[in-house]
Amino acid sequence: MPEITLIDGIREAMDEELARDPRVFITGEDVGVRGGVFRATQGLFEKYGAARIIDSPLAELSIVAIGIGAALADLRPVCEIQFADFIHPAFNQIVNEAAKMHYRSDGQWRVPLTIRAPYGGGVGGGLYHSQSVEAFFAHVPGLKVVIPSTPYDAKGLLKSAIRDQNPVLFFEAKKGYRSIKGEVPAGDYTVPIGPAAVRREGGDLTVYAYGIMAHYCMQAAELVSQQNGIECTVVDLRTLLPVDRETIVQTFKRTGKALIVHEDTLTMGYGAEVAAVIGEDAFEYMDAPIRRYGGADVPAVPFSHPLQEAFMPNPEKIADAIREVAAY
Amino acid sequence: MTSLVATETTAAPSASLSPDTLRDMYWSMLIARRVDERAWALHRQGKIAFHISGMGHEGTQVGAAFAINRGVDYVHPYYRDLALVLAIGVTPRDFMVSLFGKQGEYSSGGRQMPSHFGLKRLNIVSGSSPVATQVPQAAGLAFAIKYRWENKLSDPADATQPRLALTCLGEGSTSQGEWHEGMNWAGVHKLPFICLVQNNEYAISVPMDQQMAVHDVADRAPAYGVRGIMVDGNDILAVYDAMHDAAQRAYRGDGATLVEAKTYRVVPHSSDDDDRSYRSREEVESWKRKDPIHHFQEVLTERGILDQAQMDVYEARARQTIDEAQRFAESAPYPPESELFGKVYAEPES
Amino acid sequence: MPTKIVMPQLGESVVEGTVNKWLKQVGDSVTEYEPLLEISTDKVDTEVPAPASGILLQILVPAGQTVERGVLLALIGDPNEVEAPQPALQTATVSTNGTESVPVANRISPVVARMAAEHRIDLDQISGTGLGGRVTKKDVDTYLAQPPAATPKTSDLPPWEQPVEGDLFKPTGEIFAKARQSLTPTLAPTPAPATSQMPVGKVGTRAMPPTAQNIAPITTAAPSDNGANGGAANGDEVMPLSPMRRAIAEHMVRSKLDTSPHVTTVFEVDMSAIVAHQQANMAAFDKQSIRLTLTAYFVQAAVKALQVQPYVNSQWTDQGILLHRAAHIGIAVAIADGLIVPVLRNAQDLSLSGTARQVNDLAGRARIKQLRPDEVSGGTFTITNHGVSGSLFATPIINQPQAAILGIGAMQKRVVVLSDAHGDTMAIRPMMYATLTFDHRIIDGAIGDGFMSVFKKALENWA
Repeated sequence: MPEITLIDGIREAMDEELARDPRVFITGEDVGVRGGVFRATQGLFEKYGAARIIDSPLAELSIVAIGIGAALADLRPVCEIQFADFIHPAFNQIVNEAAKMHYRSDGQWRVPLTIRAPYGGGVGGGLYHSQSVEAFFAHVPGLKVVIPSTPYDAKGLLKSAIRDQNPVLFFEAKKGYRSIKGEVPAGDYTVPIGPAAVRREGGDLTVYAYGIMAHYCMQAAELVSQQNGIECTVVDLRTLLPVDRETIVQTFKRTGKALIVHEDTLTMGYGAEVAAVIGEDAFEYMDAPIRRYGGADVPAVPFSHPLQEAFMPNPEKIADAIREVAAY
Repeated sequence: MTSLVATETTAAPSASLSPDTLRDMYWSMLIARRVDERAWALHRQGKIAFHISGMGHEGTQVGAAFAINRGVDYVHPYYRDLALVLAIGVTPRDFMVSLFGKQGEYSSGGRQMPSHFGLKRLNIVSGSSPVATQVPQAAGLAFAIKYRWENKLSDPADATQPRLALTCLGEGSTSQGEWHEGMNWAGVHKLPFICLVQNNEYAISVPMDQQMAVHDVADRAPAYGVRGIMVDGNDILAVYDAMHDAAQRAYRGDGATLVEAKTYRVVPHSSDDDDRSYRSREEVESWKRKDPIHHFQEVLTERGILDQAQMDVYEARARQTIDEAQRFAESAPYPPESELFGKVYAEPES
Repeated sequence: MPTKIVMPQLGESVVEGTVNKWLKQVGDSVTEYEPLLEISTDKVDTEVPAPASGILLQILVPAGQTVERGVLLALIGDPNEVEAPQPALQTATVSTNGTESVPVANRISPVVARMAAEHRIDLDQISGTGLGGRVTKKDVDTYLAQPPAATPKTSDLPPWEQPVEGDLFKPTGEIFAKARQSLTPTLAPTPAPATSQMPVGKVGTRAMPPTAQNIAPITTAAPSDNGANGGAANGDEVMPLSPMRRAIAEHMVRSKLDTSPHVTTVFEVDMSAIVAHQQANMAAFDKQSIRLTLTAYFVQAAVKALQVQPYVNSQWTDQGILLHRAAHIGIAVAIADGLIVPVLRNAQDLSLSGTARQVNDLAGRARIKQLRPDEVSGGTFTITNHGVSGSLFATPIINQPQAAILGIGAMQKRVVVLSDAHGDTMAIRPMMYATLTFDHRIIDGAIGDGFMSVFKKALENWA
């Protein structure tokens, strides 16, 4: 089976969906002729033409709003926001409009829209090319929020997102675009939006993560297994909204200890929801306080390399956090 | 105010409207006005919580409605478009149920405040409260129409399919970034898109000269590469002509039009507004004298299309329709609590 | 904040080391510079001195493992402070928990509390491997996974079924030596071994203070502090409370002070008929490999009495008094380090020989700790023989949740008055006081006495 990168998987999904359904089109800044600043849409303009791969004006609000209008008219737009840091002008359209359209029209109007954006730090991008924004949107019923960690999941989940009848936010860990590799079957398959994936089983502690942090947590789990004999269950959440309460609780009950890792700032990050779910549904299984390891509670990721590294979790720091929780 | 309508034929399109159609237009204006008046009364009686009125805009809205393919072309209205949606096919009964928030309310199942119009089977898109959000979405609807034409998924001549997207808003809302971004797409992509700005000179209490530095909203159109026309909003046939022209342009693939209708709301912004704080009674009275319904009555009476007897019949019919609608709405049940959790997500396509 | 002990780098190119041996265990006190563990690398073997003083809270890398330099090996600190560890990470944020009041070692997490309740585990029985010696879920899992011991672990048993010191059911032959030379004792009195925790002597059913040969000599007390620092000053000694002692104390307080209003009624029984019957039938029973003990008679007589007075075979509930249909008789048995109460189930269905056979079996296995857990629970009534240690009568504490406990006193020859049609005569008879201590919520005096009357009559009229 061929091994491809995360961004290849994303591109393959778009390519295959464009071929499969004439209602699918891509729009965003530089997605057409340039093939996307990260080359996510490379080759698609040549293959499908300007009528389906549309270079948009430099206006994120309208990238999303045009997508909403087109989705209302039963097309399947895939709107790219060049960096998740720039999604904020579109917040009104995403939260007030896309999320609420089906509910406010009593189910008459639907928005089968996919919004893709690269997120996350570690690339020297500073405050405005490193942000994680999933927490804002995971808070809004009516939306779906998906963050794959493997090429297989990226392709399968993006296909599901494009076919989903609801607005889906699809965040891509830019640091892992080319460094995350994995086997992906050629041809059509989907990964369902919703269920988390258990990547590793172990009885001492359950680690929850998504995106590139899921990889770091797997590496950390290996470290502590070899060095300390600590065996972790690692859960790759994949879908943040809807919340997979069942997997979160079931994987917690086996160990009684949880560590939640995300590079988004700690306070009010997604880890708070996971911790609350565990506290509500698995109190009598708790063997240690639930711990979250998030990005530093500062406004954003700084540029200077040591400052950036101090902000970001990494496998060694995650391993230390695992050891602390395991020792309780 | 002069009509600055550019048409390609010497005869105005409105000249070819049949007497029946003209009477339909009159009826649409009348029923909208009477429904609106009844809503005010209900509010002042304490029977409903909120009403946002379109009184004074009937000429603009009915003229526009009759110029497009009603019920087929996409319409993304704003909260003042009562006459517009009634002319398209929303009924007084529908509107009454929405005033009371009762079960089965046509636009939202009782989830939205009244006047957040939406009805899929007539291609009226559901709107929200933050202003101007509908404009770039309407551009997106127009984009989808053009997309289907270009990708051969539909035929531009097929009048059973939507061939344009019409959106309305007040002049104040053209200050929102949303409006500019929508207009920009409409211009860049030459979309089959009409933005009807219903300029009634006030955004709640803020007058035009505080809202924008140009005198006419239509002056902004060239900045987006979009054709801009102004029209007397209280002259229903002038509006019809302007809108007809814009619609034909759109159908032909010639692109977007910004239509600025000059009009006035003779009532406060909403049931919660007190307009005495920001405008004079004289100003309001002067505009009442230019009431679009009175104006059209004169036109039709003069042409022999309408007489007093017929107008009385319409009034009686309006009264009866509204009374029945109100009774229906008042006795209808409220939505069950389970509706709180319904319709959050769309089901997969089967 | 705990001090971290990490694998040192013992040489420029040395990147890893092996933990050979821990010189201290978790919970031990450690002084700065005191050797803490031995490590070896490919260049050198050495001891690692402790970087700080304190208690060794946690060992993270066991002996035999090889880890990279810098890896966290252990934590030294103050066990009371341990609940808010600073993260190993400098800048990245780790959320901390904020409990301040209970030292970590004593904290019982929700899952541990639940498992302890479900499995009726005394957490004091489990050694903890968590922070500061905390009992973790894993520790409880390990404990539960142990194969069922021959003796039910004391922590599984309700306190009244946990061993205390004492010999019971000493054969009456010992008391009536002349008349009963041939009687084989039911139970050999076992010498109570001296334990380090609790000095044990020949004691009765209740935990008694140590006997003379075991206690430390009383020395002249120096002017002192009431033994505040362990009594070292004047020779007084504080004997630490074992979990068993704690459990017994807890049960006794709960039974007598918190639960049942205890009342005792005393009856005197003429045991001549029983003694005669036993003598006459001993040999025949022996042939069937059954040792006919007095206990068997007591059980049978008690069953008869329970059948007449069913409220004595009951249990208090808030919904009402639960009358047990079957009589499952607990029989207190002395074993090496205390007492155990096997339950003879469905005593109402047994004959004398069946009863005797079961008593033999249960008592025999009790002594060699071969009882199953279900054999020491579910009793509805208990018989305890304090007479074997000389007590005439006593007021034992009821085994919750039962309604009463029958006490058997020492059998003694006494001069009694016999009345018949011809007047009064004196006789020497083996007499025995039997007591019923009952829960006055359930049983009034009349019922208790009614029970004892039947019991007495059954024994006195044995045929």
